[in-house]
Amino acid sequence: MTSATVTRRRKPKWQRVSLFGYITLTLVALVSVFPFYWMFVVASQTSDAISSPTPVLIPGGRFFTVIQHVYEVVPFNTALLNTTIVGLTVAVAQVFFSALAGFAFAKLNFRGSKFLILFVIGTMMLPSQLGIIKLFMMVSEAGWLDTLLALIVPALVTAFGVFWMRQVVDAQVPNELLEAASIDGAGVLKIYWSIVLPIIRQSGFVLGLFSFLASWNDFLWPVLVLQSPGSWTVQAALPQLKAAYVIDYSLNLGGAFMATAPLLLLFVFVGKRLVSGVMDGAVKG
Amino acid sequence: MADLAVKGRSRQKAAPSPWKQKKRKPSKPGSGVASLNGKWAYVFIAPFIAMFLIFGLFPVVFSTQLAFYKYDPLSLEQTWSWVGLDNFKDILADETFWISLGNTFEIWALSTFPQMIMAIGFAAILRSRFLRGKTFWRTILLVPNITSVIAVAIIFGQLFGRDFGMINTAIGFFGLEHIDFIENSFASHVAVATMITWRWVGYNSLIFLASMLAIPDELYESASLDGAGAWKQFTNVTLPGLKNTITFVLIVGTIGGLQVYAEPLTLAGDNGGGSSHQLSTLTMYLYNESFINARYGYGATIGILITIIVLIISLINFVVTRRVASEDK
Repeated sequence: MTSATVTRRRKPKWQRVSLFGYITLTLVALVSVFPFYWMFVVASQTSDAISSPTPVLIPGGRFFTVIQHVYEVVPFNTALLNTTIVGLTVAVAQVFFSALAGFAFAKLNFRGSKFLILFVIGTMMLPSQLGIIKLFMMVSEAGWLDTLLALIVPALVTAFGVFWMRQVVDAQVPNELLEAASIDGAGVLKIYWSIVLPIIRQSGFVLGLFSFLASWNDFLWPVLVLQSPGSWTVQAALPQLKAAYVIDYSLNLGGAFMATAPLLLLFVFVGKRLVSGVMDGAVKG
Repeated sequence: MADLAVKGRSRQKAAPSPWKQKKRKPSKPGSGVASLNGKWAYVFIAPFIAMFLIFGLFPVVFSTQLAFYKYDPLSLEQTWSWVGLDNFKDILADETFWISLGNTFEIWALSTFPQMIMAIGFAAILRSRFLRGKTFWRTILLVPNITSVIAVAIIFGQLFGRDFGMINTAIGFFGLEHIDFIENSFASHVAVATMITWRWVGYNSLIFLASMLAIPDELYESASLDGAGAWKQFTNVTLPGLKNTITFVLIVGTIGGLQVYAEPLTLAGDNGGGSSHQLSTLTMYLYNESFINARYGYGATIGILITIIVLIISLINFVVTRRVASEDK
């Protein structure tokens, strides 16, 4: 019985994972992934097969036909390109501006610093719908409707980004390091460039990922400001597949598959980083 | 704190979570380095502040102003006329507004509370130090969150279909009658809440997990020595430790819940939210009134009411959490 006692000592009761735990996690994992599989199944079947009383659970052979059909209905490559351009621009800009401002709020003494950051954080509580009407008018007066500028310019900076980068600089860059560098005669710009930036690079990348995903998946605003097919993003193009009188499910889910596949591919490479980003950002109680 | 963050190859060990600085550093957060020239700060924050004022603050202030005006697209000269509180009066007598408000709250409640219970449960399982494949489980939980809302809505719209949807096929298999997840008001809200829950439960599990990992192991060990079973430990140690996180998730969930738009729109298939507005939400109504009916002032009024609701719920949250916290002491 010694081995049992040893195991018990090494794994206290509250830390053991029951079989029930693994079953639950497996079910959650299946439910998480199933819709993606199902998307592919429906996208590769005929409408008849989908609407038969006994549902099909395995992919059929029509996938490429359906995707071709998607391309006939909406300019999907343009939409993918547009979405990528907007996402990358927004992500880079948000990281760039947020890191600058976040560093200033965390490490520099200036008049109004406390008030400004509290004010910026306070505005994060406001739902985006509050400003959307005036923003639409501004964008329309600027002549940006149907151009990617309508998506890019208003999204170049966010309160959240600055808040996040301020916390990051605060936590990761020790004051002593900056003090030592400035005693050695380094100016603020040099300190920012050669000391602060290398330290916060990783967290900046995670912020960029979140900005990219948020931009890629944004729906309400792109649908509002992009009306001509050439300016559509992926999210603005997807609802057009539904426009037909009778809903063609394989066409719709084929489109959804095409819109999601790039993100899933990206997720394979950066999933772990996103997980730690989400967990780092959580409020510890 | 050992496995607070999933270990990425290049992640610096020295980098602590940005939220924990209080415990680690003697200097106050946000207190600057005295030897650095503070004037540079204005250069550093200038681009952010300028764009934030123009595209963040300005639209909010002026949309608020619009709520006291009426826009007439047909008149030639004076397109905007001051109407005082008329928009607010009109809205209180507007049946569709109340339907949308009720729908929004029902969807919010159906998606928030079951989701929170599930997320805390999943986090409790993920918390174990001896769980195998930690990174795998954590990562796969986040997969639904990266998909576009509209793709999710299309997929679930198909799964919830009345005649050939898989869920109704399963219901039929048990000999029950098919449910119309679009026309039936409550069922349609369940469908929308399911989409939201599917997309966010993993994300919130990770938030709760991070919070649970910050609870010191000693608390569990001593509770265990006192003879507390797994459930007792959960209610006496884990839950109190999650209080702030629960508030945080509730507030973020409320802001998100009041913005629900793409899912009901896709399910209903029209901006009005279905034949009896059963799927109309506050944001859909705002969109509909402002941009389809060109009633910008009225839409702005809905925006203000959404904001007021968010602020009230956040306030209630703070008060309740504070009261519960002081009772414990």
